[in-house]
Amino acid sequence: MGVLSSIGQLARDAAARFTQPLLPDDLLGTLSPLWSTTQPHARVVGLRRETADTTTLLLRPGVRRPTHRAGQFVGIGLQVHGVWQWRTYSVTSRPGDEHLAVTVTAVPGGAVSGLLAHRTPVGALLRIGPPAGEFVLPEPTPEKLLFLAAGSGITPIMGMLRELYATRPEALDGAVVVHCDRTPADLVFGLELRAMTASTGLRLVERHTALEGRLTGDALTDDVPDWTARQAWACGPAGLLDALTEQWERHGDPDALHIERFTPPTLAADGATGGRVAFTTSGIDTDAAPGEPLMAAGEAAGALLPSGCRMGICHTCVGTLRSGAVRDLRTGDLYDTPGESVRTCVSGAAGDVEIEL
Amino acid sequence: MTATLDTPRTTTRAKKAPVRRELPTTAQVFDPAVPTPPSAAAHLTEAQVAELAAELDTIRAEVIASLGQKDAAYIHRIIKLQRGLEIGGRGALLFSLLPPAWIAGTAALTVAKILDNMELGHNILHGQWDWMRDEKIHSTTWEWDHATPAASWQKSHNYEHHTFTNVRGKDRDLGYAVMRITPEQEWKPADLIQPLTNVALSLFFEWGIAIYDVELEKVQAGIKPWEEAKGELRTLWRKARKQLAKDYLLFPLLSGPGFLSTVAANFTANALRNVWTHAVIFCGHFPDGTETFEEDRLEGETQGEWYVRQMLGSANLTGGPLFHLMTGNLSHQIEHHLFPDVPSNHYARIAPKVQEICERYGLPYTAGPLPKQYAKVVRKIVRLAFPGGGPKTA
Repeated sequence: MGVLSSIGQLARDAAARFTQPLLPDDLLGTLSPLWSTTQPHARVVGLRRETADTTTLLLRPGVRRPTHRAGQFVGIGLQVHGVWQWRTYSVTSRPGDEHLAVTVTAVPGGAVSGLLAHRTPVGALLRIGPPAGEFVLPEPTPEKLLFLAAGSGITPIMGMLRELYATRPEALDGAVVVHCDRTPADLVFGLELRAMTASTGLRLVERHTALEGRLTGDALTDDVPDWTARQAWACGPAGLLDALTEQWERHGDPDALHIERFTPPTLAADGATGGRVAFTTSGIDTDAAPGEPLMAAGEAAGALLPSGCRMGICHTCVGTLRSGAVRDLRTGDLYDTPGESVRTCVSGAAGDVEIEL
Repeated sequence: MTATLDTPRTTTRAKKAPVRRELPTTAQVFDPAVPTPPSAAAHLTEAQVAELAAELDTIRAEVIASLGQKDAAYIHRIIKLQRGLEIGGRGALLFSLLPPAWIAGTAALTVAKILDNMELGHNILHGQWDWMRDEKIHSTTWEWDHATPAASWQKSHNYEHHTFTNVRGKDRDLGYAVMRITPEQEWKPADLIQPLTNVALSLFFEWGIAIYDVELEKVQAGIKPWEEAKGELRTLWRKARKQLAKDYLLFPLLSGPGFLSTVAANFTANALRNVWTHAVIFCGHFPDGTETFEEDRLEGETQGEWYVRQMLGSANLTGGPLFHLMTGNLSHQIEHHLFPDVPSNHYARIAPKVQEICERYGLPYTAGPLPKQYAKVVRKIVRLAFPGGGPKTA
């Protein structure tokens, strides 16, 4: 901590004596949400229609600008009918860009993605969470790169490609991107990727699944014969990622495959019998139905719980298990050791349970 | 443990509490010889009470389903207004040596403190705005411009007072542990000074509430360990000293030569806020027409009976929209007690429906203007300072 920041802290502490019980930040946030450091906001300053169902939102963050690494995601909060709804989206802009870009595909039946992709005007204010995620390129950049994407799975990969293109274009020479979607018109970032190949030596394999079918292990070997010699980053629907994981386990080096799951997991009620859930910090007790995530039960009872991706990726929602047992609704694994971290968004109660949240 | 499992999924904390926790108790003594007048709900059959509950549940469900962006905008607007008034008021008081600045600053600060305590603090701490999932406007995180820490007040108010409203021996708000407010309370010679106690309590209501939350009378009666009270007093002091420093040291220092006149202004704002909140709150449950209840009633009390008790134990104040805002919508005390966690900006709209239900079921719906209701409360306090005061026996 530098001298300047210590002075800043002292000034904030002194100011807080005048604003208590509020924080100075609360007053700044009341004047303009963009000035809040405890509830960072961003303004939508531009919209770019990528495909019929995908839109890039260009955001200008307020005073608290998140610094991300290429490939990471951020939480985006949108007020829907007065209620803050949070979702996570990959950052598609580069860390050094003036605006932060997230690219949103409207999921059929999605309450939030449709609003963000189609009905968020320029000028709207969104909340923005801290960047997170391990789906990033290591230092130094591996020599032979392979990127595998399907649908909106291209978004974290696009963040990486843009960063490489701007800072180390030579790393893209010989790299391969396999990008799958139904038709050429559905291919998010198709034009930009094609332009990138022209100037770097990057090879783009477009797979139009409406004609050619889904990407399989055999198809991959046909398209990228040396895939076993590459470090691979893959993002897309669960089915594809499962197939790729199996492929690498059977014929390649499993450590060379890095995946990002970005689709809601299928939650099964098997063994998650439900029960009484006590959120000890909030002081709220409620019943969780069989197969109901603890977070959903808590929110229905009015608890204020941390939440992020709501699909078990981002770890924003973890609470400590104090007593009882929970079951991971995706895998069916049982967790019953007190002190264990529990992701409330994908865990169901297996009997009565106490969570420190 | 089975009792816990059998508890049905409930939506309000006030209602599920009695099943799960030990019942509280007050240190008050009641005289069993004093006859209780028959309840105004005595004519209702069990089936009618159940029907009434269903009608009230419908009103509640309709409001909850309607909550949206307009409501969120409302609470944000009130927060902005309150903070603007506070900043403006304290800003003006930096020049408190100038009489116009003193008057304008004190007025703005008084209104800011009233809004902070009533429409914002009281209602947010009830969880009325938790549905927005905004971690800054939430019953678990909100703090207010009041000596008592929000969490201590929540326990005595949300749980004890709202669950056991007007039940003698359970609801400590009946007389706030220092007054004889129902004739069933045993008379003590000390009650003779209660008209004066009321004036003092009115002026220093904030501190009255703060000390009240520590339940010293229970320590005296041996129901509560002193160690526990000591811990609570320490918590209270940690919060209260910051409040005191802000109003009586820091902002006066900023006023330079106006130190003393800013102290006087802040004291005036606090006192006016105290007098106002005291009047509004005392008019909520103590005017003529409100009933108190025996403890036996709690045994197996149904949702409908709970609703009836809330309606008979509460009284409304009549007035315009600005008046309702300044009372934190506690002028709709009946609606608030029926639905403590329904956002306050909806009470005015549902009040005619509640009144219509009361009329249809032949239940009183006590309401009147503040001066009239407050006069009734004062009359009662003065009368009950002396022995007796119960219903005349024929």
